[in-house]
Amino acid sequence: MLSQMNPMEPKGSRVIVTVIGPDCVGIIAGVAQVLASNKINILDISQTILQEFLVMVMVADMSGSTVDLLTLKEKLDEKGLELGVQIDALHEDAFKFMHRI
Amino acid sequence: MFTLQEILETIKMVQKENLDIRTITMGISLRDCADPNSAAARQKIDDKITRLAGNLVRTGENIEREYGLPIVNKRISVTPIAIVAESSRSDHYVDFARTLDDAAAAVGVNFIGGFSALVHKGYTGADKRLIDSIPEALACTDRVCSSVNVATTKAGINMDAVYLMGQVIKKTAERTAEQDGIGCAKLVVFANVPEDNPFMAGAFHGIGEPECVINVGVSGPGVVKNAVDTVKGADFGILAETVKKTAFKITRMGELVGRTAARMLDLPFGIVDISLAPTPAIGDSVAEILESMGLERCGTHGTTAALALLNDAVKKGGAMASSYVGGLSGAFIPVSEDAGMIRAVESGALTLDKLEALTCVCSVGLDMIAVPGDTTAETIAAIIADEAAIGMINKKTTAVRLIPAVGKRIGDYVEFGGLLGRAPIIPVKPFSSADFVRRGGRIPAPIHSLTN
Repeated sequence: MLSQMNPMEPKGSRVIVTVIGPDCVGIIAGVAQVLASNKINILDISQTILQEFLVMVMVADMSGSTVDLLTLKEKLDEKGLELGVQIDALHEDAFKFMHRI
Repeated sequence: MFTLQEILETIKMVQKENLDIRTITMGISLRDCADPNSAAARQKIDDKITRLAGNLVRTGENIEREYGLPIVNKRISVTPIAIVAESSRSDHYVDFARTLDDAAAAVGVNFIGGFSALVHKGYTGADKRLIDSIPEALACTDRVCSSVNVATTKAGINMDAVYLMGQVIKKTAERTAEQDGIGCAKLVVFANVPEDNPFMAGAFHGIGEPECVINVGVSGPGVVKNAVDTVKGADFGILAETVKKTAFKITRMGELVGRTAARMLDLPFGIVDISLAPTPAIGDSVAEILESMGLERCGTHGTTAALALLNDAVKKGGAMASSYVGGLSGAFIPVSEDAGMIRAVESGALTLDKLEALTCVCSVGLDMIAVPGDTTAETIAAIIADEAAIGMINKKTTAVRLIPAVGKRIGDYVEFGGLLGRAPIIPVKPFSSADFVRRGGRIPAPIHSLTN
């Protein structure tokens, strides 16, 4: 899963976007549209259903992005409100530091 | 490769459990700002702080933007002002506090620490002038924090300074009475003070520190509490292991932010302070961690053992996660800043005596505790002496941050708002300690200070 993520690689501009909430039509499309309109490239997507909840994780490259991560988070918040799901984004280094030595 | 569980764990810590970087604190040496002319010295101080810390707030915000991690405070600590102001011809140092306040406002930090003196063995003239200036300095500034070290394991306890600080705390409360004595929330009396602590109000830039350095304080009581909740009923080995693993993960975030801030500002990275620092926010309480371990209310019998386990496990986990751990690095138990502690005091489970016992096994001391307004300077000094004795004998940092709330009695509250929170007035003993604290002189260093 998430084979693009090699924690040993040097610091990059990749972020991990997570979507959690009740499954419905248009979630992937909605999130992908926010990313695409800000020139953020999706590298990998993984999703699973935990009980009735959709849990989706995207790895995205922000090197060509027109916005910073904080602004992206605001835009994703808005989209999450519209879709009835919770969307969050964190830099990959946060995960690297926490889970890998 | 990250697993889904790892990703969700990190997201949950930030989203739901208040994991944040509590402070990025820039330590700045002001030793080269001394000048016989007080105005010239103050100009040098202002120039140096605004030059070095001009980008501090923006850098903190940029790290938030880049990593998506919340960084709550950006702050500055400076060389104890008694040392910097010593060569200036000046009778009092309130103007130095104003200069610090203005410089902090100019660079946009919410607190600046270092209106301080180290007097564990005795005063210089400047130390005395600084201490005498504290009540007015804290009344006429918003962002300046003050600390005085009155004891060390090596030097013993300077009881003259202890008594004087009892009086200074009273005066500071009176000078800021209309704001419930908020000046006292910015004044800490220490034993064995650390020189690289990034947390306010006790932060200052020690004399063994480099020219300029970045120190970071992390926090995550909510994360630890939720981890403890997952091992309900498990034995103490498993409990300690769970806290250790969680502390490790929290500290890694501090390490990431500290290293990044130091790189961006082209400064050396000092330390990560791994203290668990609560806030009044729901689910950000150290008391609730102790209650999750199986105590009905924080302060009941067993609380000292629970806190000892917590404090030690946090250190063990945190120490493995960072290349440099320093500052206070343990668990903070402030009353007004922790919703669980406030509840424990209100219900009668947590008393001043129990808080004193807890300070034997955690990182700081009697912190943000409101006492009746008619508490005498001698009683406050005696409380300081007790804490200093615990620190001196146990070779650890202890501190006192008491608020004798003018005109308030048991049942009343002090209200500060924000991170400083609110506190119920807690009773002190009605019996006098005056003849004891008025003896003067020093309590000698303990036998185990003779290590050479």
